[in-house]
Amino acid sequence: MEITESIQPLLVVSTPLLCALLIVLFGRWPNFREFWTIAASLVTFFLVASMVKVMYGGNAVACRLIEVYPGVDIAFKVDAFGIFFALLSSFLWIIVSFYSIGYMRSLNEHSQTRFFAFFAVAISSALGVAFSSNLLTLYLFYELLTVCTYPLVTHHQDTEAKASGRMYLSILLGTSVAFFLPAILFTYFSAGTLDFSPQGILKGTASNGMITIIFLLYLFGIGKSAIMPFSGWLPRAMVAPTPVSALLHAVAVVKAGVFCQLRIYFNTFGVDLLHTLSLDVFLIYFVSITIIVGSLFALKQDDIKAMLAYSTISQLSYIILAGGIHSYQGMLGGVLHIVMHGFGKITLFLCAGSILCGSHIKKISQLGGIGRKMPITMLAFLFGALSVAGIPPFGGFISKWFLALGSIKGDQWPILVVLFTSTLLNLSYFMPVVYISFFGEESEMVKGDQNIHESSLYMVVPLMFTALISLVMFFYPYPFIHLAEIFVKSVMGG
Amino acid sequence: MLDQAPILTIIFPLIFAVITPLLGWVKKEFCYPWVIAALCLSSVCSIITLERVLCHGVIHYHFGNWSPPWGIEYVIDHLNSFVLVLVTSVSLLVAISSKRSIEKEIPQKEVYFYTLFLLQVTGFLGIVATGDIFNLYVFLEIASLAGYALIAVGEKHASFASFRYVVMGTIGACFYLLGVGYLYMATGSLNMADLSKILPELYHSKVILVAFIFFMVGLAIKMAIFPLHTWLPDAYTYAPSATSALVAPLMTKVSVYVMIRIIYTVFQPNFTMEMVPINSIISWVAVAAILYGIIMALGQKDLKRMFCYILIAEMGYMLGGIGLANKMGITGAILHILNDALMITCLFLVAGAVVYKRGGHHISQMKNNFKTMPFSMAAFAVVGLSLIGVPPTCGFFSKWYLILGAIEAHHWAFLTALILSSAVNAILFFKIVEIAYYGEESSSGVPHVHVGTHHSHSTIDEAPASILIPLGITALAILLVGIFSAKIVSGVIQYAVPPNL
Repeated sequence: MEITESIQPLLVVSTPLLCALLIVLFGRWPNFREFWTIAASLVTFFLVASMVKVMYGGNAVACRLIEVYPGVDIAFKVDAFGIFFALLSSFLWIIVSFYSIGYMRSLNEHSQTRFFAFFAVAISSALGVAFSSNLLTLYLFYELLTVCTYPLVTHHQDTEAKASGRMYLSILLGTSVAFFLPAILFTYFSAGTLDFSPQGILKGTASNGMITIIFLLYLFGIGKSAIMPFSGWLPRAMVAPTPVSALLHAVAVVKAGVFCQLRIYFNTFGVDLLHTLSLDVFLIYFVSITIIVGSLFALKQDDIKAMLAYSTISQLSYIILAGGIHSYQGMLGGVLHIVMHGFGKITLFLCAGSILCGSHIKKISQLGGIGRKMPITMLAFLFGALSVAGIPPFGGFISKWFLALGSIKGDQWPILVVLFTSTLLNLSYFMPVVYISFFGEESEMVKGDQNIHESSLYMVVPLMFTALISLVMFFYPYPFIHLAEIFVKSVMGG
Repeated sequence: MLDQAPILTIIFPLIFAVITPLLGWVKKEFCYPWVIAALCLSSVCSIITLERVLCHGVIHYHFGNWSPPWGIEYVIDHLNSFVLVLVTSVSLLVAISSKRSIEKEIPQKEVYFYTLFLLQVTGFLGIVATGDIFNLYVFLEIASLAGYALIAVGEKHASFASFRYVVMGTIGACFYLLGVGYLYMATGSLNMADLSKILPELYHSKVILVAFIFFMVGLAIKMAIFPLHTWLPDAYTYAPSATSALVAPLMTKVSVYVMIRIIYTVFQPNFTMEMVPINSIISWVAVAAILYGIIMALGQKDLKRMFCYILIAEMGYMLGGIGLANKMGITGAILHILNDALMITCLFLVAGAVVYKRGGHHISQMKNNFKTMPFSMAAFAVVGLSLIGVPPTCGFFSKWYLILGAIEAHHWAFLTALILSSAVNAILFFKIVEIAYYGEESSSGVPHVHVGTHHSHSTIDEAPASILIPLGITALAILLVGIFSAKIVSGVIQYAVPPNL
């Protein structure tokens, strides 16, 4: 692996930050302000995309900013896994930028300048997480992501937002301060470094008991990955405007959480170390609980976004399975699920927002017949649902397929059962929604309101687009598979 | 001329202080620029001193050319040149910010205020610069007496709070003086370097032990270490904003500096580790101080009082770092002298801005401040994150060293207290943020929300620039000190850590 020095990672992370500044400066002129969001999202994406080629060669791009402790820098190093996550986030930012403009304007939301500014900062932090070359940089951006999403989650500034904001911070900040930070310090104390390395840094540096403790601290310290029992913040965070739920709480924030988990399992502990201590087996059974229980909770939700949130909780743990299934396919499947679930779930959220704007409906029970009035939205919803559930011909099937293969290869048959059960559960909470909206009797809300119509093009086009991508991902997943393969091969030692 | 920089750092504020009343008698508007001039000169001298120490090593300055141990000697090494710069720059910032708030809070008393202000700074600087334990006592008293007066001019309850402080502070000073007396009795010397040579032979003497304990108790009172902190919350809550911003961060930090000097320079670590189990006592007291501070801070409804309890908890950080007696711990403690001084200054400057605009420091005065005072609140957000320990603010970095030190010393209680304190700071910070962010909530539970983006600009009602600029600089410093903390540690603090650990 060759490492080239370049300031490109820094440019990627600072573009959205600069954008946030411009948004604040141009706050008085909404059209100008939105121009900066769109421009920055495009620039960011192209900057990220221009690095992909280097990653395909199995190389990395590094950028050191400043040394903060002897041997510990704030530094970026872009590898295949980092670019994988960055590509997804920055691409979806473009789509969601258009969508947010439509959404925020159609609902006439207050404090839009603040909203767009913090949104950009959140993207910058997510990209920072993706590009971190060591645990300290990772922690820095992880915390920044928590703090800058607070004003987004509590955007409505009402009593409900206040309560949700408290929950959001107390879990995310609480776990990171109480577990994540000590874990990093114990790692530094044991290994003397915090840099990520393909085979891990902790092997042979501490006693088994100590490593187990560090492992548990990381597992519970990264609250963003919404592993039960620290998942309660995610459904509560749904009080945020829908674009926030869509991009941040289906992709950027939560995927940053699972990204951190996998990064740490692979590049701090190393696959072998986890395997020798049997921590990987513990991990997969532990997150299996979240997979099943999350889906069960989703079943009984009546609020669309709450259902999607519980579904996300369950699906995030699929990704974490990658850290524990000791087989090539399993790891590949888990990593791929970041992207596949990302496209599927963001479609679902965009649809939920579109339903809200078009009809002011938030409850599943009121959706009867809405598919006949908003056919495009509900069709996209179907696409997203099938992809998340992992039904061919949608992208979600690919990652689930690899996960299933991996659990057979890794001799983890019970995981196969978990995956199938969860798929059934997914279908049983998604399909009724689609069914009643197209074929069900018209609900009071739908009947009483003659103004229900498709939302503006700003919103419909993005959700059609992501729905189509979910489909395309089944037939042409190679750009992402290739990156995932490079990464998984590197952590498995070639 | 440059050789005189160490002494000029202290002489400038002293001489200027004496002339301030005369100027004020002519025209009281002259006082403010005069004070700023004094502190600017002093800051420049302190920076020159630091620079010379970094280039040429320790500076020994003999007063009147009397050689020590007979004459008074100023010894400027990495540790105190660093603290000198901190004291001069913080007091300069506070002095700049003081103009408008003093005019508003204690009108007609500006002349006396500025005189005492300079004397106070003189006291701090003298304590830090001197290499003589009796001379240190003299400056300690100058600083304390000026402090009593500066506090007493404040609000209604201030004079009573100040009286309590006088009683406690005098007891503390007496303990210190008795310690000095005992050491002089046993060794015949007052010079720190001299004492550190003589003392090791006398380590088994009971007199030395008692002297040491008296030093610790006296300093603990000045540092407001739980359970000897009782004077602090009242005194700093009712003092004028400018006084709180000057005294709260500096008095305690200077005392921490003295404690490090006494434990690690005058006495040797092997005395403190072998003769008395002082290190473990210190770090357990630190744990108690942190826990007490954060629990009490949780219950406060008054902004300044809450900050006072945060300060008490933060003192525990530094005390704990000293008590860990390993390189990491002391590095953390010394770095935290800088970081905490910045954070507490920033907190009290925010409080000053709120008092100036809202006329009070009850927590409810923060209502809706994100809309009306966005710049002050931005600074508050930075210091809040620093208190929680979110990188890249400076609070994260001192905590890092302290926790590593605690791991190295296997002091799990201290580690837990540090983490708990971060968590509670998060609660405190977001408690205030909630009040400032969600605005007024009417009794019916219907929230009051501003609709539209453009109206917010018209409602800005910020503190004057003379308060905002120092506040902004402090907030920026919190970030910069964090980002460049490796440079500060490798450039200055690593030499300041006692070599004999």
